[in-house]
Amino acid sequence: MPKVHIPTPLRQYAGKQSAVDVKATSIADALTDLVAQHPELRRHLYTEDGKLRAFVNVYLNDEDIRYLQKEATLVSEGDTISIVPSIAGGR
Amino acid sequence: MVKKVLMLKIAPNEYTAFRQHGEETYPHECCGVLLGRIDDDGTRVVTSIARAGNTRTDSPQNRYHIDPKELIRIQREGRNRGEDIIGFYHSHPDHPAQWSQTDLAEAHWFGCSYVITSVAKGKADLTNSFELTGSDEDEKKLIAEKIDIV
Repeated sequence: MPKVHIPTPLRQYAGKQSAVDVKATSIADALTDLVAQHPELRRHLYTEDGKLRAFVNVYLNDEDIRYLQKEATLVSEGDTISIVPSIAGGR
Repeated sequence: MVKKVLMLKIAPNEYTAFRQHGEETYPHECCGVLLGRIDDDGTRVVTSIARAGNTRTDSPQNRYHIDPKELIRIQREGRNRGEDIIGFYHSHPDHPAQWSQTDLAEAHWFGCSYVITSVAKGKADLTNSFELTGSDEDEKKLIAEKIDIV
């Protein structure tokens, strides 16, 4: 099954797991299955109107899904999906 | 219940290394990742650091951004060593080692340390560390924490 890597700040909402196996053939399915398994993750990943938060980057293996087919991007057995909140700032 | 403490532990080598990074990139902001573990009492223990590139080439003197693709590589390499991402560091050229509104607005790694070094005229000056506390974007705060160099 594809695996979703959970970043440090979200593990407390995913049963303290660093990775979660999901049943999915697309990124959308993968994230749906992820929040079905761990409902507390929903508000940290999505806005109230159901969109991925702007600072939440989702990568399929080493590719940003924004440059693929976004949440329609297909996933395969053995794929790694990474959730990566943005890191930025400045004085 | 173990009482939570606000502390970052780091070895002298790593502490010196990220400060030196800020001197090398001056007058631009440097940035990088702190890897290690979080103990039961909440203490973050740094066991290695990883330099990162600053993608804000449009405004590097006062802005930084780490490419998520680079972070995924750093995370994978850390995972292979049994390390987690526990924080980030960046520098403030000729500016205090205090978080700005931009730093807070752009901080999303709750429970992690955000370390800031002031680099004055090319020399690393003060380094301060802050934990991003709270559980959601509406109530997040950067709270000062002790740095224990051991």
